[in-house]
Amino acid sequence: MIKKERHVLVVFPHPDDEAFGVSGTISSYRDMGVPVTYACLTLGEMGRNLGNPPFANRETLPQIRKEELKKACEAMGLDDLRMMGFRDKTVEFEDDEKMVKLIEDLIEETNPSLVITFYPGLAVHPDHDATARAVVRAVRRMPETERPTLYTLAFANNTVEVLGKPDVVHDISANADKKIATLKAHASQTVWMMKEMEIKLAAQDPDALKWLNFEHFYTYQWDKDFE
Amino acid sequence: MELVKPDHLQELITSFANKDVYIHLETTNGSYAAHFNESVFNAGAFIRNIVIKFELGKVAGDSPHRIGLKLPSGWIYAQGITHYKLDEHGRLLMAGLDAEGKLAVALEISETPFTY
Ligand SMILES: [Zn+2]
Repeated sequence: MIKKERHVLVVFPHPDDEAFGVSGTISSYRDMGVPVTYACLTLGEMGRNLGNPPFANRETLPQIRKEELKKACEAMGLDDLRMMGFRDKTVEFEDDEKMVKLIEDLIEETNPSLVITFYPGLAVHPDHDATARAVVRAVRRMPETERPTLYTLAFANNTVEVLGKPDVVHDISANADKKIATLKAHASQTVWMMKEMEIKLAAQDPDALKWLNFEHFYTYQWDKDFE
Repeated sequence: MELVKPDHLQELITSFANKDVYIHLETTNGSYAAHFNESVFNAGAFIRNIVIKFELGKVAGDSPHRIGLKLPSGWIYAQGITHYKLDEHGRLLMAGLDAEGKLAVALEISETPFTY
């Protein structure tokens, strides 16, 4: 059961970050009529997958991923995409205070009841962790009673040791088709993975079905703050 | 991008010699390398839109090639270059792609700045 929200703000650094773990949830909110804003900090300019023979190069990849991101948002039913203009792999080197202010401005404008991002320090990619730090700091500065709920994604190898099991599980099977369409929209990143995945799904592989149909979140606990 | 033809690439590199040019140089084994395999030591380096002038540029070795640029008081080199392209903006894009098509190294030379 997915709880209805007033407005959901999703903040990730890379096109496709939303696809794997949150796209079913986003589509479910859109079905309920909940407005969803997705702030995507970079265009994944430094993505490594160029193909062999190559379908892109370092300088054309951003434009390709920008179009993929727009298609992914269409597939999810999301109509408020913000591309924030940072460069892939540099988010952690930006001024920390500037990043907090950026998130504060997004929160002030969209007045979300729920914010979704990564969990700081347990999100593997430095951009993920830096984005998460900025979001947590921005929300922390709000008066406790006004803070939106914060759902976080964590997938570092030691996640369960640190956080235990995720406390929020969304069954998004009703939107599985949209999730597959969202993943496929990011073709430059997912085409090989999805080929394998669709074979598994067609064979009703239980792990693949679980991967597709359930999305997991850790509600951020302010009494166990990361800093 | 296509597979390096050393003679053609050599000509292109030489055409940028003794001019102020913008450089993009990058090596990477991916931000997830140590996540998928904890024994991997994850290292890389990145510079972009640094202006240099080189006096001699060379393509060396069989594929994957090494590219070296000799500067008046320094050096730039990239190892593992497999593919290249002179794009529609006159920029020389060189990259080293592994068997799966993943970029491991990039060296780019342009007379105009690259985007951000
Ligand atoms: Zn990412």
